[in-house]
Amino acid sequence: MDDDKKLTSKDFLNQLVAKHYEGALQAKAEGKPVVWATSICPQELLETMDLATVYPENHAAAIGARKGALEFIENAEGKGYSSDNCSYARVNLGYADIQKAEAQDIPMPDLLFCCSNICNTVIKWYENLSKTLQIPLILFDMPFNHTYEVPEHSIRYMRGQIEYAIGQLEDFTKRKFDYDKFGEVMELSNATCEWWKKATDWAKVIPSPLNGFDMFNYMAMIVCMRGNADGHRLFKMWHDELEAKAKAGLGPWNSAEEQYRVMWDGIACWPHLSTTFKALKKYGINMVTSTYPDSWNVRYEKNDLSGMAKAYASNYANRNLDYDEDNVVRLVKDFSLDGIVYHSNRSCKLMDFRQYEIQRRVEAATGIPSVVFDGDQTDPRAFSEAQYETRIQALVEMMEENKEARRKG
Amino acid sequence: MYLGIDIGSTSTKAALIDGKANLVAQKVVNIGTGTNGLELVLAELLHEAGLTMEDVVYTVATGYGRLLCDVADKQITEISCHAKGVSYLVSGTGTIIDIGGQDSKVIRLDPLGRVANFAMNEKCAAGTGRFLEVMGRVLGCKLDELSDLAGASTREIQISSVCTVFAESEVISQLSMGTRREDVAKGALVSIAKRVAGLCKRVGVEPKVVMTGGVALNKNMVEAMSRELKEDVQAAPYTQAVGAIGAALFAMEAAEKKENNNG
Repeated sequence: MDDDKKLTSKDFLNQLVAKHYEGALQAKAEGKPVVWATSICPQELLETMDLATVYPENHAAAIGARKGALEFIENAEGKGYSSDNCSYARVNLGYADIQKAEAQDIPMPDLLFCCSNICNTVIKWYENLSKTLQIPLILFDMPFNHTYEVPEHSIRYMRGQIEYAIGQLEDFTKRKFDYDKFGEVMELSNATCEWWKKATDWAKVIPSPLNGFDMFNYMAMIVCMRGNADGHRLFKMWHDELEAKAKAGLGPWNSAEEQYRVMWDGIACWPHLSTTFKALKKYGINMVTSTYPDSWNVRYEKNDLSGMAKAYASNYANRNLDYDEDNVVRLVKDFSLDGIVYHSNRSCKLMDFRQYEIQRRVEAATGIPSVVFDGDQTDPRAFSEAQYETRIQALVEMMEENKEARRKG
Repeated sequence: MYLGIDIGSTSTKAALIDGKANLVAQKVVNIGTGTNGLELVLAELLHEAGLTMEDVVYTVATGYGRLLCDVADKQITEISCHAKGVSYLVSGTGTIIDIGGQDSKVIRLDPLGRVANFAMNEKCAAGTGRFLEVMGRVLGCKLDELSDLAGASTREIQISSVCTVFAESEVISQLSMGTRREDVAKGALVSIAKRVAGLCKRVGVEPKVVMTGGVALNKNMVEAMSRELKEDVQAAPYTQAVGAIGAALFAMEAAEKKENNNG
């Protein structure tokens, strides 16, 4: 563990990202099967089966951040996918055709593993991949929770699908499912998620030791490494660094002070990550939280299959409006927010459709100002820098008026 | 003297106020960011006021081109500047509708005249002055003639496309079917009013409702907006220069604050 003293979590994160992709490419080269999976799926099953897994959403984000998305998007649109479709889907469907990306390559899949607790688009996206590539698809159908709490029948439905998927994986790998290992993976996944949550919770401290845009980077690994020892070590390491920074009273950046604390609603604008970050930092705005810390806080007791089913059925994106409202109002209070930036993301209808109503309700409940800007998670064409800047500056002016009013009592 | 400059996408506006917040002069030129509009408007403004730049103590720039304005001491968004300008010109304003060249916005004010919430159009020309320019071109009239043309309408036609490009072809097809230009002009105004009314409903309409921006010079547009919202809507005085006047008022406040800090 001597290495830990020299190694920062950021270095380790970069090593793990490389290891993740190299490992998957190597597995493919050795003739082992590769799985493509959605970001908040029951990965415990894949980890237990020791299947090399890559996550197309992560991959599309990486391609987007390295400004390579358009080639794949144009390919998918050329095949007839409307520009109204999710751009992660368009990048991935384009990649499935081109199979080569300067930003990052991934091996082609032998099995698809899709859970619709994040949106409905993934169902058709993965079905199309399955049909085009002629490979099996394991689908977890997770209907939207229209009630405040996740209903019991949904939990039973999810549990049934997990049990069924275990059989499907046994058929696919021609190996028996190891329930002892499953228990260990469950335990490790929960511990990793706990460190992820505890790490991101350090942003509650004022000033926040966490620069929220770093969270976007670490997020890649909570998606694909939460069920293994590397992921566990990474998030514990990150947590300890943030704890030390917080205790030393250090803010998010060396070069500037945190003046305002905001929440970022929605996915990052990957092709314009630096532009969106710099415009915030210029005004001293730190994005201290989002709905993501809770999205991967997938927690349940070891060997409790119903608990696991409930955790996956409970994903934020799959919850009703009242739940979302309470969740954001709680974040405003817990993270001492001055404002909210809502990313109206062309790709994500699920998030956008409720955004104005959430904005209205949260403003009524908390009184903090907010702005909505138009953008997209990976399609670089759906963003205007000048429009973004004007909205952010207007948010600063509103937040400043509130601070001024508080100073005057 | 305190100077406010509003550099928009299609016009440049400037206003001067004195130390007692009296409006000394305001000017508008109909060319926007990336042109010599700023030089022209400043020359006209200073000439009218009989002043030079030496008399200006502090300058605030706003609008799309604000970040590229070298003469400004400070940049403030058009959202805050419109709120400031309208509160100064029309007391008791609750909602501002500003339809500019390339964006439209609705600003709800709190009782103290501060921005409580705002909404802007999406990354699209629907519901902006650009939409009217395109319609004017198809109808073969200037922007300021569009209002009178619409005033002579006897039958309202619906333009259902929200996209400016599709709306243009929809209008061309209406004209080729023999629809009168007057009715198409009215349809174009109503189309914008409906679009902007959607933004209004998002932020919540509070009377008084005041319109700013070049489009508010169009009387029939203001009336269409009023009908759509079922609220009285009035055009602000100096409708195009409201943002610049707000910027000048901010310039005065910033200069006073600076003086207090120094003193």
